[in-house]
Amino acid sequence: MATKHYCMPDPSVGLMDKMILEQIDSGSRVVDLGCGDGRLLEQLRHQNGCSVQGVELDVEEIKRAITRGVPVIHADLDKGLVDVPDSAFDWAVLSQTLQQVARPQSLLLEMLRVARKALVVVPNFGYWRVRRQLLFRGRAPVTSALPYEWYNTPNRHFMSMYDFRDLVAESNIAIQREIPFIGDHPAENAWLTNLRAHNVLYVLERGN
Amino acid sequence: MTTETTTSSDSEQGSVGIVERKTVRLFDAPNQLDMKCGTKFGPIDVAYETYGELSEQRDNAIFVCHALTGDAHVAGYHSPDDQKPGWWDEFVGPGKALDTRKYFVICANALGGCQGTTGPTSIDPDCGQPFALNLPVISISDIIDVHAELVRYLGIEKLLAIIGGSLGGMQVLDWAVRYPEQMDGVICLASGPRLSAQGIAFNAVGRRAIVVDPQYHAGDYYGKEEGPRYGLALARMVAHITYLSEASIEKKFGRRLQDSDEFAYKLEKETEFQIESYLHYQGKRFVERFDANSYMYLTKAMDYFDLAEGYESLADALSQSQASFLIASYTTDWLFPTIQSREIVTALIGSGKRVTFAEFDSPFGHDSFLLEFEQLEELVSPFLTQAFAARRGKSS
Repeated sequence: MATKHYCMPDPSVGLMDKMILEQIDSGSRVVDLGCGDGRLLEQLRHQNGCSVQGVELDVEEIKRAITRGVPVIHADLDKGLVDVPDSAFDWAVLSQTLQQVARPQSLLLEMLRVARKALVVVPNFGYWRVRRQLLFRGRAPVTSALPYEWYNTPNRHFMSMYDFRDLVAESNIAIQREIPFIGDHPAENAWLTNLRAHNVLYVLERGN
Repeated sequence: MTTETTTSSDSEQGSVGIVERKTVRLFDAPNQLDMKCGTKFGPIDVAYETYGELSEQRDNAIFVCHALTGDAHVAGYHSPDDQKPGWWDEFVGPGKALDTRKYFVICANALGGCQGTTGPTSIDPDCGQPFALNLPVISISDIIDVHAELVRYLGIEKLLAIIGGSLGGMQVLDWAVRYPEQMDGVICLASGPRLSAQGIAFNAVGRRAIVVDPQYHAGDYYGKEEGPRYGLALARMVAHITYLSEASIEKKFGRRLQDSDEFAYKLEKETEFQIESYLHYQGKRFVERFDANSYMYLTKAMDYFDLAEGYESLADALSQSQASFLIASYTTDWLFPTIQSREIVTALIGSGKRVTFAEFDSPFGHDSFLLEFEQLEELVSPFLTQAFAARRGKSS
């Protein structure tokens, strides 16, 4: 069956949480899309004094979140954020999920409808290891160390940093910050990021 | 209080045991209830039950609002000979979702009901006869004013939580809007901010069935040989269909016949199909325990209910609340479909409240909240634990 092939690393949970926490102003209202068990929101509330709200599709995760005291609404991101009124939040967070939703552009626009700022973390499929794998082994990339194959991975879209920048430009969204992750480190002003970064954190705003 | 608690370990679930219904008279003149219809009314007798112990700090009380045909008897038994426990016995008791080892649970029969609280069957002190239709028209807000007064009478300033499904959910929402500081948690199940046109339609058919029964006598049937039994049974049969789902009755009854393998080809045979037999049974049972005039009053209260009435929007109505909300709906509920719960969720998010919402997958239609205990407990139990911890954290 499947030969062993390269899996893109997910940046460590701790590092990613730390980076997200650093971006978000204390006391702000934050909605985390695909919040899982509410781990990030719990930290945002305790460390940043934010008022938090999760959105999650899996009821089992909602049960875990409620145990942490994190409020979560049950919704499918592929159907938009119909339950959330305009400008209800300061921040909408979407970590490592954009490549999994049916319509990434619609969701980005939805995020900036319900919040002033959007924070997204996306994998960069322009990463050199992915390119090498495709070039020499002829294998499609999968993210993370989980045992997914191309036919059952939750990832539906494969984009590079260049592709992502094109998307936001076309969507009249402004990139306020772009923080690539190279190895174990955030590297905001690094060279050749589209080749070297495996994941990127973006802070986005509505364009003019 | 009068609750007898069985001893059990942490994980073990038990019964609250033998419980007693209590009654208190509230709203004596001159402090009569200002009713929404414009009338002053009182005194009002309130029948209620409590389970568990009220803590010294009086901070562990949970009020259960019952649905249309429920009563104050939520859990346990009135006597050792009782065949059936209270209507939410699987949800309320030691080790259960509303854990009576931790919480003090209260439930009162709603104003206008027929299980001990003042309603059409109660005696009008002015004439010594039952009120029948001389009771003022009752609104959900009147029911809540009475509940809130009972809570004050019990010496509780702020409830830990209020919980209810269906008509009970409407009560809970009204309570949260009009007494925004009286609770920490609000749990609303299979309900909505108002009844849909479809819901009003079914209630209208039910009321019509009662009114056209020759034994109804314009509501003045008490003391007569027979009340509007057929009308009330028919009302219940229609309503009962709305509590189930297409899939659940298909599975439970299908097209199966009651006591034959072949069609009888007789029009007068009323219980040929199993579903017919079941509905007739439900109607018959209901007549034994419920009053037709109460049904008239409470369905009307349900029809009139509109949480946003008098406010700019639903979000505006809920804006004063200090509580955390837990809203749940069921995939197959077509009487209070999920979209109505979502409307509440949107309003709560819009007004910056903490809200958890889940749509449960259940085949049982509207009645799911009375049947699917496990999944509901998995949300309600941690929600209450959090609310209780927050309360104790604040007060210490």
